[in-house]
This record gives sequence, C-alpha cells and structure tokens, in this order.
Amino acid sequence: MNNVSDITLDALVAEVLKKKNDGWRFVTLSCTELDEESCDILYHFDKDLASSHFRLKAPKATPIPSISSVYFSAFLVENEIQDQFNLKFDGLAVDFERTLLLDEEVTTTPFCRYGVSRANQ
Amino acid sequence: MKMSSNVIKNFLSKSSTRLYPFEVRDPFDACRYELYNDIEECIFCGNCQRTCPSQCITVDKTSGVWDCDPFACVYCSICVEACPVHCLHQKKTHREPATERQMIHMQGTPPQPKKKAKKTQKDDNHESNA
Amino acid sequence: MKTIVPFGPQHPVLPEPIHLNLEVENEIVTGAIPAIGYVHRGLEKLCEIRDFNQMIQVCERVCGICSAIHAQCYCQCIEEMMGVEVPDRARYLRTIWGELHRMHSHLLWLGLFADSFGFESLFMQCWKIREKVMDIMEATTGNRVVISVNIVGGVRRNLDPEQIRWVLSELKFVEEGVKSVEAALLEDYTVKRRLKGKGVLTKEDALLLGAAGPTLRGSNVAQDMRQLGYAAYGEIGFEPVVEPDGDSYSRNKVRFRETLQSIELVRRAIDKLPEGDISVKVKGRPEGEVYHRVEQPRGECVYYLRGNGSKNLERLRIRTPTFANIPPLLTMLPGSELADVPVLILSIDPCVSCTER
Repeated sequence: MNNVSDITLDALVAEVLKKKNDGWRFVTLSCTELDEESCDILYHFDKDLASSHFRLKAPKATPIPSISSVYFSAFLVENEIQDQFNLKFDGLAVDFERTLLLDEEVTTTPFCRYGVSRANQ
Repeated sequence: MKMSSNVIKNFLSKSSTRLYPFEVRDPFDACRYELYNDIEECIFCGNCQRTCPSQCITVDKTSGVWDCDPFACVYCSICVEACPVHCLHQKKTHREPATERQMIHMQGTPPQPKKKAKKTQKDDNHESNA
Repeated sequence: MKTIVPFGPQHPVLPEPIHLNLEVENEIVTGAIPAIGYVHRGLEKLCEIRDFNQMIQVCERVCGICSAIHAQCYCQCIEEMMGVEVPDRARYLRTIWGELHRMHSHLLWLGLFADSFGFESLFMQCWKIREKVMDIMEATTGNRVVISVNIVGGVRRNLDPEQIRWVLSELKFVEEGVKSVEAALLEDYTVKRRLKGKGVLTKEDALLLGAAGPTLRGSNVAQDMRQLGYAAYGEIGFEPVVEPDGDSYSRNKVRFRETLQSIELVRRAIDKLPEGDISVKVKGRPEGEVYHRVEQPRGECVYYLRGNGSKNLERLRIRTPTFANIPPLLTMLPGSELADVPVLILSIDPCVSCTER
C-alpha cells in the first residue's frame, strides 16, 4: 500500500473536504482493531484509478467526526463500523444507532476482540 | 413486438427443457459432486480434516473412523487434492434425494504402529443415522 | 399528503431482501431510507478461525454470482503480500473464468430486469442463454456457480485443447443467443418507454456518491477496474463500455454491451493463452497490509487485508459494489413514480448478500 498519509481527529473533516474539492471519489473506510484503546481507520479515495489513503488512529472512547456531511455515501460504512467496533461517529447523515447490520437485542460488538458490550455505554 | 421472432422460433423448435427425472443429461467428466472415501486405502492421516474449509470431515486415527457431514460439505475438492494416498474421490453425480438425513460414517482399519497387523472389521459404507 | 410506503424486504421483484422506507406524495416518491441487515453473516470475522488458504472458499461465498472474481481478488491480495509471481497461464485462465462469471451474472440480471418491467418471455430467454454459460463452467471446472478454481499461487484446473475448442463452439451459441435478444432489450417500444429518462444519475452525482461499475459507466464515466491491468487484462486489450445518459436504459445498455464484450475477451484470452504451469507452490505466511481492487459484474470490489505473519489474517475487509451503489439509488428514487421503484432498484443490480457479507 502506498500513498498513505496519517491524519488526526481534528484535521479529518477539513482534509477530506480538500480531497473532495480536488475531485477525488470516496471509496470506503476500513477499520481494524489495534488494542483495547484504539482502532485504526483507513479512508480510501480514488481518482482516475489512482488510490490515496488517510490513516486515522482513533481512540475508542472519543467520538469521531463523521465525514457524511462531505461525502454523503460515507454514512453506510460509518454505520457499519459503529455496529462492528463500538465506535461513535458524530454528525451522521442517517444514524441507524448500531442496527444497520445487527439486531437491537445484540449487545456485543462482533469485531472487537476485547469484548466491549453495548449495555455499559 | 421485437420479441416475436424469438417467440415464434421457440414455439417451432423443440423444448429446451428436459423431462427430469425421466430424462437425465449425461454428467460432464469434470463434475465434482458426491464425496466418498476408499476406506481400505485410507491411512487416517487427517490431511482432509485439516484442509477442509468447511470443517465437515472428522478423522479418528485410533479407532479408524472417517466421518463426513455432507450437509456442511461445499464440494470444493480441496480434500481430494490434499489426500496423499488418493483414496478420496468425487462422483460425477450428486446424491439422490432421500427421505432421511444421511451422514457419511465409515469404519476402516486404523494404521498399525507395530508389524503385527490386527484384523479389525472393515468397511461399512454410508450407514445412515439421524 | 405524505405517506410512508414500506418496500421490501420481501417483494416479487427482489431476489434478495432489502428494505426501503419510501416517502410518497401522490404516487411520487420524495424520499427513501434504506434498511439492510437481513442476511448479514459476518464472513469477515471468519478470518480469525480459518487459515488463509481456507478463506478462499469463504470469500467465494460472499457472493454466489461473482464468486470466481471474489476468490481471484483475495488470491491476488495474498500473492501481493507474499510476493508470489503467478504463472502466465494461470493469469489467463483466471481471466477466462472471471469473464464467464461476468457473462452469466449479466445474463441473469438482464433476465431479472426484464422481469421487473413485466417482460416474462424475455426473462426466460435470457436465462435460457445463461444456461449455456453455466454448462461451460460445469464442464471446465466441475461446479456450476461456485467454481472454486482459484488458489494462492495459481488455479486448480487446466483447459486442454479439446475443451478449448468446445468452449469456443459453445460461445458461438451464447453470442447468437445474446444478439437475438438485443432488439427486444434495446429497441422495443414498451421497454424504451419504461426505461428512458427514468432514474437519471448525472455524471457529477455518480462521482460524488461513489457509484461503481455499470451504474457509474452508465453515467458517462469511463472507469473500470479492469483498466488497472490485473490478471491478463493488461495484455489482451480492454476498453470500458460507456453510455452517456445516466438513466435506467443506459445502465441496461452498458450491461448488455458488456456481455458481448466478455465473450470477446474470453476469445482473446483463449487466443493468447500461453503454455506452462498453472500454479506455483507457495511457502510462508501473509504479513503486512494490502489494498486491492477488481472489477466485478456489479462494479468495483475493494479488498483490504492485514496479516501479522500467523496463518490467520488479522483483518479481512470487503467492500462490495452494491454497498457503494446504495447511496446513488437513494438519490435516483426521489421524483420517480411509485410504479417505477422496482425497476430503479433493479437497475443498480442489487446483490444484498454481498453488501452485508
């Protein structure tokens, strides 16, 4: 993987907006759990078959600003990450509140190895 | 209207479906369906159990039992290719419909570590149990 | 007066369950909110208990219709991670089976699409042609749909000269069949009335909303992942199919033309098929991260893999094309009539099991 640049929580939305103005197409987000405290989120973009990525090291406790106000299509994948990783996105265009893929009764977050249950939120 | 020529052609040509099950097409040579094991040749190495992606095979080396759950099997033939003695095969046709759930349970001769080969009871194919 | 009309998850036109809450004002749709999650299986999670070779069969089952291309993408990812050079013949064979998959997927869709606007005989005709493609796959690989030919380091089946001759002769029938429905699919008066100008997605919207595949190319954007030249596409020559209008008719035409293009690509690949091995032995375990994209019948499919040197992958992330095509669908729907909703939903070729994995 090349063309990856690190990004911080504060600069996220502004940087993504810059990408949009440069004519990049939003592809998707990929989230990986690193340890008990943090997750690794990759923002993938595409422009005329070239790829570019942002890497955000997101702490689980703080909400992440949603980029669905910039790229509307990001709302689905952000909801999916909420379902699977127990992260919280702020300012989602459509918030399914962790019921996009899972049922309401489900209290665990399937992609977290370090079990966090939704009940203690 | 543009479909009419096709419709007339289909009407005048012979049926494109078969009267299954009275008329069955010959299977292709490459077909890989029902899995079976030549249990006499099996050495119970457990390669099939380890490589199976759906983990439907259970091999017991000590008692010489080779079990397969055909309802979990995905017919990928990974085990067939992994078998060192080529005792696993796949038939060209799938299993016949049945009224009972049929699991595959085979009893073979487990490999004897010592020279004195003890004769145990051999083969018992496709024994059905619920 | 505003009314909410629930659409799906069970609807005669839908092959798979997706739910939409349609906000309707006098038969005109003004808004739509999707709800998915009826067939979520958590396949990505399986990478933690299955080793990286067994995951090929899992990836194939993400989508039944484009299984060979999913496996191809996964194998290419692992090969990139481990630095494996795949033999030339294997790359060409992957292309051939991939294109056969595209052909049968598009024929399936053309049939379902015809069914969505009530053209039953065209539906049957398309599926009759598709059956020939399925026969080719069964005869060359052993299974009809989930053909399971890709492994890390190559492919598992070979084509001998006799099979190649037979495939080419069967393809002639397929081509004749596809051409025989061209007039009905593209020129018919009723079909045009149902599709022209319905669900227009402009070029700007398509790019902004991240549309993929035929939905994107139907909106006049010449973007196809096959242009990246993975497998043998770089050598056999490839030009994306583009239509300018961005309506349902354009998307229909893109898929129809791609079916014919796939037949042509299979012929070219067979023509240039090099001799040699079909697979190499692979040693070691995947380590590092890789991001890879391939073109599926429905569009761009993204794989992100992260390995940590053990036999299980740390993370397997799959973004399927329908996932990207849902937001464009939501912008297509407002302004259309309620009766056109099934056609518009089918025009993005929704594959819901893919979407939810």
